[in-house]
Amino acid sequence: MAAPTMDRSSAAAPASPVQTLTISKALNMGLRAAMEANPKVIMMGEDIGKLGGVFRITDGLQKDFGEQRVLDTPLAESGIIGTAVGLAIRGYRPVCEIQFDGFIFPGFDQIVSQVAKLHYRTQGKIKLPIVIRVPFGGGIGAVEHHSESPESYFAHTAGLKVVSCSNPADAYWMIQQAIDSDDPVLFFEPKRRYYEKGEVDTTAQPGKLFESRVLRSGTDATLVAYGPMVRTSLDAANAAAEDGTSLEVIDLRTLSPLDLAPVYDSVRRTGRLIVVSEAPSESSISSEIAAKVQQECFYSLQAPVLRVTGFDTPYPPSKLEEEFLPDLDRVLHAVDRSLAW
Amino acid sequence: MSSPEQWTHPEPDAAPAATAAKPTAEQVIAGLRATDEGGADLVQLLTPEGERVQHPDFDIDITPEELRGLYRDMVLIRRVDREANALQRKGQLGIWVPLLGQEAAQIGAGRAMRQTDMAFPSYREHGIAWTRGINPTELLGIFRGTDQGTWDPVEKRFHPYTIVIGNQVLNAAGYAMGQKFDGKVGDDEGEATMCFFGDGATSQGDVHEGFVWAAVYDAPLVFFCQNNQWAISEPTERQSRLPLYQRARGYGFPGIRVDGNDVLATLAVTKWALDECRHGNGPILIEAFTYRMDAHTTSDDPTRYRLSDELEMWKLKDPIERVKVYLVRQQWADHEFFEGVEADADKLGEELREFCTNMPDPPAERIFSNVYAEGNHNLEAQRDEFLDYVSGFAGGEH
Repeated sequence: MAAPTMDRSSAAAPASPVQTLTISKALNMGLRAAMEANPKVIMMGEDIGKLGGVFRITDGLQKDFGEQRVLDTPLAESGIIGTAVGLAIRGYRPVCEIQFDGFIFPGFDQIVSQVAKLHYRTQGKIKLPIVIRVPFGGGIGAVEHHSESPESYFAHTAGLKVVSCSNPADAYWMIQQAIDSDDPVLFFEPKRRYYEKGEVDTTAQPGKLFESRVLRSGTDATLVAYGPMVRTSLDAANAAAEDGTSLEVIDLRTLSPLDLAPVYDSVRRTGRLIVVSEAPSESSISSEIAAKVQQECFYSLQAPVLRVTGFDTPYPPSKLEEEFLPDLDRVLHAVDRSLAW
Repeated sequence: MSSPEQWTHPEPDAAPAATAAKPTAEQVIAGLRATDEGGADLVQLLTPEGERVQHPDFDIDITPEELRGLYRDMVLIRRVDREANALQRKGQLGIWVPLLGQEAAQIGAGRAMRQTDMAFPSYREHGIAWTRGINPTELLGIFRGTDQGTWDPVEKRFHPYTIVIGNQVLNAAGYAMGQKFDGKVGDDEGEATMCFFGDGATSQGDVHEGFVWAAVYDAPLVFFCQNNQWAISEPTERQSRLPLYQRARGYGFPGIRVDGNDVLATLAVTKWALDECRHGNGPILIEAFTYRMDAHTTSDDPTRYRLSDELEMWKLKDPIERVKVYLVRQQWADHEFFEGVEADADKLGEELREFCTNMPDPPAERIFSNVYAEGNHNLEAQRDEFLDYVSGFAGGEH
């Protein structure tokens, strides 16, 4: 994976390289930087042009790069993904926006049958540098199909790479790195965290895309999360610290390929692991982590791997999502169970 | 649309009446199953009896040499098809997808393309592959299970076979959009894309979305639908209540039904359509009206769902015989020519058999190779573990 070009300064670039940005603004700037760096980068999606996307992630891009590089597409997700395949074969690097997580399924066939398999089928003669951006997860009081966490379907599919950002700096860099990747990347954006702020240094040397990261060191137990649940886990670690419990927090960042070396290292020290994810637990990212950790850290574990997840139900009506979604209390409850094992 | 009350309380003794919006069932069936004629709009330049006929909108200037070339193409690709079918029967291939009967549709369409045009096939396009310069031996691995297609799709401008029905139509639409974005459309030097699919595929959402995309982006794309009358066991009236080429109108571009067993008409119509596209007047739908003379695949048994009468009738419309008759009648080819083509076919068949029976099985590493362009450390660990396990057996065999 080539590191993104460091110097993407433009006339519009601010004087200071360190800015306080929301995740949504950081994504917008990252997309802009990628489009400036490579004329083959194009955006495709519903309402992403004039409107700037329903979450405004592509705000201003069509105005500056034109309708041929920021496409307001017809309203059909299979069409978005299927035509992105043809454009990628033609030499473009399409970045597709799926408006909401629950609308990705009309495009599922193209993703698993063509996007994931064409490189393998042709033994590398066709590369598909396609990014599929998906605002995902709940917590915004939305109607059905607008709050789902479908990442496990894609992590289960060979040929795809799957990542999720949790903070503005990662949002800015990871989207550019995903676009630079010659593999197709599903890019899951934590929509309930879009407006959370953080510092972004646009001149910093970014970490690698497919690496997990320890965000907080601790000694008593390890929390692993990704996307929107990273904030929840960090809050839980803060609360636990007040009670004298030291929790290590790892941001997974990459869901496929999983980078579990930092998790193994952590669990070998703490002996305890709690995986936090909004997705239903059955046959999921969280089950995969539990299986791998018991295989690699069998003699280090002081307690079984516990999971705090959404339930094995369809996403409920939004008045129930506070109960459905893992929160600080459920995470701490799992920590208590682990410590008391 | 009629209300539920009308459905439950029909007019007494009312005969079903046709309206502009709603033909009677009889009209629909007559239109679709007009397998004798293909309907009044069928473009034909060479009748099944080998008579050259004129069409007001389409014609073609063809030299004796060009027509001999088309004849040779069709004979050779039919031999490839029959040999591969036989290789399946002998256990050398796991399955084969016969093109028998569709030689003119594919050779006519394929020979209309230029080197700079791009093609997106389904999985029965052995004749198109032939016209793109792909050695028929390269098709065998897909059906023997040694590979999933070995040609270079970029160099040959022939996409890999696509088995999921209709997927390739959207991929083709995207590619054609790229041709347009690249500024390769607008004059006689322009590029165009062809996309191949069948009558069954026209029910797929991806095909409809492909129509929409190509239309709203004015993509230089020729949709080439080979209506071979059967989607495995389902006749075309299970896919549509109006002739397929008429669907194009609803999407805002022209649709033309051509005699898919007439290589001249197919060539003429496809050349015209490609030229329209390269000048920026795409997309265009061509329905090549033809017939699947063999089974869907070697695993299929057509005697369970269609009558032999139908097959006998279509035998009279053979795409190769009519060209032979015309060549002879025009004195454009002699006995020596036909014998030469037969000899070439024999040689090709022999090469195919020889190649197929000597194809090595791929090594176990192939399972893991090229899943990703930039690797995956977890997959590499899984591969190493498996190869280590395999090497534990005597001689490294398993």
